[in-house]
Amino acid sequence: MCLSIPARIDKIVDGVATCSVGKSSYNTSLDLIPDEDVKVGDYVLIHTGFAIQKIDTEEANRILSTFDEFRELNEEMDREEQEQNKRII
Amino acid sequence: MKYIDEYRNKEIVQYFAGQIKKISTKPIRLMEVCGGHTMSIQKFGLPYLLPDNVELVSGPGCPVCVTSREFIDRSVAYSRLEDVIITTYGDLIRVPGSSSTLEKEKANGADVRIVYSILDAMLIAKKNKSKRVIFLGIGFETTAPSSAAGILKAKTAALNNFYVYSAHKVMPPAMETLIDEGVKIDGYVGPGHVSTITGQGIYENIPRKYNMGVVISGFEPVDLMQSIHMLVQQIENNDPKVEIQYSRVVKPEGNVVAQKMLDEIFEPRDDWWRGLGILASSGLGIRKEYEKHDAEKMIEVEVEETREPKGCICGLILRGEKKPKDCKLFGNVCTPSDPVGACMVSSEGSCHAYYLYNR
Ligand code: SF4
Repeated sequence: MCLSIPARIDKIVDGVATCSVGKSSYNTSLDLIPDEDVKVGDYVLIHTGFAIQKIDTEEANRILSTFDEFRELNEEMDREEQEQNKRII
Repeated sequence: MKYIDEYRNKEIVQYFAGQIKKISTKPIRLMEVCGGHTMSIQKFGLPYLLPDNVELVSGPGCPVCVTSREFIDRSVAYSRLEDVIITTYGDLIRVPGSSSTLEKEKANGADVRIVYSILDAMLIAKKNKSKRVIFLGIGFETTAPSSAAGILKAKTAALNNFYVYSAHKVMPPAMETLIDEGVKIDGYVGPGHVSTITGQGIYENIPRKYNMGVVISGFEPVDLMQSIHMLVQQIENNDPKVEIQYSRVVKPEGNVVAQKMLDEIFEPRDDWWRGLGILASSGLGIRKEYEKHDAEKMIEVEVEETREPKGCICGLILRGEKKPKDCKLFGNVCTPSDPVGACMVSSEGSCHAYYLYNR
């Protein structure tokens, strides 16, 4: 029951959002987030039928791009390990 | 799926595993206090990616697991009343009470219905005006606001046959009690969705008073590995603080609308936690102004005497002092299909997660 999932808002009518997660669709109450905060196309975290927070996509994308750097670093380390034929970490 | 798949990337998980190995020099134990974390950690086998000196233990983060038998017993008693419909999240229905479960009562003819949301329970109340509909409110700060929103709606709409039986709890008293009682841990993986509501302020006491860090974490393997890395960094640098790894969702101030909603409907009260006993101001009772929708106040019922199951060490597991494998009943007498204790029932319980992924 503690699972919460990121869902995209497809429609808002009277404080109820229709959200999609993959191919499934859910009705979600917007009672717990400020009205002016969300619009169609936003991602929200839904929990037991309520949106509990808007997902900060800018922040998410910023972090994801730092992960790309990590991935490169990791590849580099793998290469070094192969060249020196020993595990660095 | 967007904002999920990216956080399951193996190479990035590996990267953090490597970094942790590189910087970590001392033996440490990190505790997660959220059932969702327990599940992810076991499902993705994260303990196997960590060096031997970094140990993960589960704490009292599964709401079903910490809920008292008395709560189940009272719910069972309610379900036996002629004109009552019990509505509940699915997790609760199979939790053993002293002599029965809601599932058994349902088989015997009680009207017990599983709902996904309190809003569904309210619809049932609307359609069944001659019945009293009780919603079993369990869960921490993540779930309690939805119960609060439901109660407010019920009052506004004069849905007078709708009641909530609250076992809602708040996390910080449990986190501090564990340290006070000397449970050996070196840092907390902070609960992501509790913090979505509360923000980070509720944990500030932990580094201040106990010199111990809290990193609020997301639920995917990359999230968890990064959080562990942040905690190890804090420990190695002797710089305990509250940090947010799960920044795409958790704001430092939390969800203010939900906080107001909580405060409008609920007031703090002492509450009992499995493994921890009674903790001051750790539970949420429904305020007097809303008592018309408070099952405890409005619906009297006789409840049997509570009996705890013999041999179940759920309480010690919730304190991080034992692992499910230390329980003699684990996997033989106690299984998900025939659970002895609550920790085996809930999908967020340690025993359940170990049974599924780590037997
Ligand atoms: S395995 Fe079963 S009996 Fe043992 S501690 Fe877990 S829930 Fe209790």
